Amino acid sequence: MNSDPLVIAGKSYDSRLLVGTGKYRDFDETRLAIEASGAQIVTVAIRRTNIGQNAGEPNLLEVLPPTKFTILPNTAGCYTAQDAVRTLRLARELLDGHALVKLEVLGDAQSLYPNMPETLAAAKTLVAEGFEVMAYCNDDPIMAKQLEELGCVAVMPLASLIGSGMGILNPWNLQIIIDRVRVPVLVDAGIGTASDAAIAMELGCDGVLMNTAIAKAKDPVRMARAMKLAVDAGREAFLAGRMAKKPYEASPSSPDAGLIQKSA
Amino acid sequence: MSAPIHIVLNGAPREFPAPLTFDQLLDELALAGRRLAVERNGEIVPRSRFAGERLADGDRIEVVIAVGGG
Repeated sequence: MNSDPLVIAGKSYDSRLLVGTGKYRDFDETRLAIEASGAQIVTVAIRRTNIGQNAGEPNLLEVLPPTKFTILPNTAGCYTAQDAVRTLRLARELLDGHALVKLEVLGDAQSLYPNMPETLAAAKTLVAEGFEVMAYCNDDPIMAKQLEELGCVAVMPLASLIGSGMGILNPWNLQIIIDRVRVPVLVDAGIGTASDAAIAMELGCDGVLMNTAIAKAKDPVRMARAMKLAVDAGREAFLAGRMAKKPYEASPSSPDAGLIQKSA
Repeated sequence: MSAPIHIVLNGAPREFPAPLTFDQLLDELALAGRRLAVERNGEIVPRSRFAGERLADGDRIEVVIAVGGG
């Protein structure tokens, strides 16, 4: 029994690390990395099936069965609210009525930066249709708050651009979002290595979502394990409460009393 | 024999013998029993209607699956 679960839309998860399933070499590597990460929520994309090709090839959801993982369909590649809503309606049918989804509406193909007006419009429609929306967003506290007010079950601000591995570029904005938003805040996008994930958790994020940092590591399975440890360590440090920073004041860890060179 | 129907399947024009239910379409495509979702002219076709519902000439059909993504 985990005394510190991540609760999203009323459901508890032991793992605070959410992972994507893209960019792996093959399904074997996907499965091994995801098992090593300990993630319980995994994202998938919705795409046209290849008609008339590879009819017998394995399906991602056979490798990651929905009975074992919470599948989080995304709207990657959508640039309008309409396309995002359409994609998630298909996802819900595909996943037997499953409601938890990751909404991302992109602004342009170079930055993959979120288009917030379209994201807000899509969130409104999806919430009205009974979806439980986890929304990818920029690190603007006002936008995060508006997504919460629309009924999103989690907000997921970027740490830096999707797939960039640049880490947390604006911890101050993330901190404001964490302080002001009541639904879970997960950093989504931009994590490059374990310390980035630990920093996100130390700031007080409820979780971290990543894909490329694991899939494009030289050893993805090992990096998946590193990310699991980093998220756990960062969470523990946050809960422990770090010491105050004292930039101009050193303080010895060993006692001043009883030094042998003291004369008296 | 009735005239064949012409549909747009995942963006490409295709011809099938009529009449054609969604179940028959998926059989023809060797996709029967796969975990997928189908959209007809922008509207979801629930799995429960695959057996009874027939495609119509000019339908725009999308067949989607889950793939790796972040």
